[in-house]
Amino acid sequence: MTKTLNNKAWFLVLPVFLIVAFSAVLPLMTVVNYSVQDTFGNNQFFWNGVGWFQELLDPTTDLGGRFFDSLWRTLLFSAIILLIEVPLGILVALSMPREGWTVALSLVLMALPLLIPWNVVGTIWQVFARGDIGLLGWLVNHLGIDYNYTGDPLDAWITIVVMDVWHWTSLVALLCYAGLKSIPDAYYQAARIDGASRWAVFRTIQLPKMRRVLLIAVLLRFMDSFMIYTEPFVLTGGGPGNATTFLSIDLVKLALGQFDLGKAAAMSLVYNLIILAICWVFYTIMTNVDAKNERAEA
Amino acid sequence: MTDSVAIRSSDVKATAAPLTANKAVAGPRVNGRVVVMTLYLLFLMLPIYWLVIMSLKTNTEITSGLTLWPQNLTFDNYVTIFTDRSWYSGYINSLTYVLINTVLSIAFALPAAYAFSRYRFLGDKHLFFWLLTNRMAPPAVFALPFFNLYSAIGLFDTPWAVALAHCLFNVPLAVWILEGFMSGVPREIDETAAIDGYSFPRFFIKIFMPLIASGVGVAAFFCFMFSWVELLLARTLTTVNAKPIAATMTRTVSASGMDWGLLAAAGVLTIIPGALVIWFVRNYIAKGFALGRV
Repeated sequence: MTKTLNNKAWFLVLPVFLIVAFSAVLPLMTVVNYSVQDTFGNNQFFWNGVGWFQELLDPTTDLGGRFFDSLWRTLLFSAIILLIEVPLGILVALSMPREGWTVALSLVLMALPLLIPWNVVGTIWQVFARGDIGLLGWLVNHLGIDYNYTGDPLDAWITIVVMDVWHWTSLVALLCYAGLKSIPDAYYQAARIDGASRWAVFRTIQLPKMRRVLLIAVLLRFMDSFMIYTEPFVLTGGGPGNATTFLSIDLVKLALGQFDLGKAAAMSLVYNLIILAICWVFYTIMTNVDAKNERAEA
Repeated sequence: MTDSVAIRSSDVKATAAPLTANKAVAGPRVNGRVVVMTLYLLFLMLPIYWLVIMSLKTNTEITSGLTLWPQNLTFDNYVTIFTDRSWYSGYINSLTYVLINTVLSIAFALPAAYAFSRYRFLGDKHLFFWLLTNRMAPPAVFALPFFNLYSAIGLFDTPWAVALAHCLFNVPLAVWILEGFMSGVPREIDETAAIDGYSFPRFFIKIFMPLIASGVGVAAFFCFMFSWVELLLARTLTTVNAKPIAATMTRTVSASGMDWGLLAAAGVLTIIPGALVIWFVRNYIAKGFALGRV
């Protein structure tokens, strides 16, 4: 569909522009402001230049070490999440029933975890994984495995990963299912005539058709796991020790716990720049894929 | 944008059509599919089941040993929540800012989404991308500046502060979702209406809005949902008067002698709004989460 050039459309966009600028640009300016100043308390600030940024990006300092530790933890978490949730989501999407009342039932049940408030997700797993009153913790302990997510870093990680898989795999599955549904019947008939194997059908028909939705799924899952806060905060509080202190948790500790404004602001900006860069990469790929699809259909 | 139209029109028959073909291709693995699906749904439902039955148990039963269903069924935990003001006011506060936010987001997003779906204008691509980055922005970055901003303008600890703060990610979300739906409406309708002498506002309300009614519903649902599930900003921007239910819950956790039953009951009640409406949006869930891009 060709769109007409009309700069008056800006009047329609203006309200959104203003409210998002109020919610995003204005606060970010305060952050920039803090990030270049130091304070003696009492609301007295003085110029500190790029001092905070130098400290933040130097892994040998306290602040830098802490920042890079959280950053690697968060990246590792995102990588694990993607490696588990994407294949599992595809598998579930392929296993979706094809017709009848079970389709609607599966859709509704699958979507349920997505709609639970994030702190309640944390609470559910906090209870479910406890050794004394939780079904999961009790079962695992009675199988003879020593499991305690509040004491052992590895157990804490496993619990958080399982929780996130529980919470978000359905998103990947639902997106893939939407992609699969758009495949015309004729494709499958052609495959059947050619005597294609199940794997060949997946490789050459289903996977290419899912590419677009998978891209969105990976983008959303990466972003949301990269800024995860509430669920691990409720479940482990970042512990034991600092084992599950992800970037967001660290940042909130620094900003609202210690009121270390300069350091927190510098960390916020770097964090935001990373997000912005990744977002841009995905957006470029996405628009390219869209353009290619449109050309293919035209 | 043509392909979103194509997908939608094929939705109707696609549910029924590919399966005959697929069954033949998949052959005897049909059983494998059922097994995977059953196990997955079981995995999803078990923790929720645990929460629900826990809310129906007494605290002594919860702590005295594992029972798979309540031995002494009790609704006391729910009664406590509905009669104690410090509990149920949390729900009222949450609902207040969520509703304000939903109305604001949709009202702001409608004209903008129309502009994005119909016109090219200076900086449109950049603006669209910028909106996306705000949907992706980590709330943790904004917690402190929002705290300062809303304290400075005197909105701190009111539902308006949270409602406006959630606009950060909900307005972009609504714009993206609505744009996806609006692009599915052919342009010819706009042109025909203009020829028939409809003014733009009249066309928009009388003709266009009914056409994208399901889109508005889906966008509203997702604004509601994302505002409802968010806790970090809501907790930072409130202390007493506008405290959301989620924050009320976290405080009870740290109280001496953990009241597990009450905590579980409060949790179950926060799941209900989502569970109630999910049936109506079941075919649009993927579209909504994917920012209208499926």
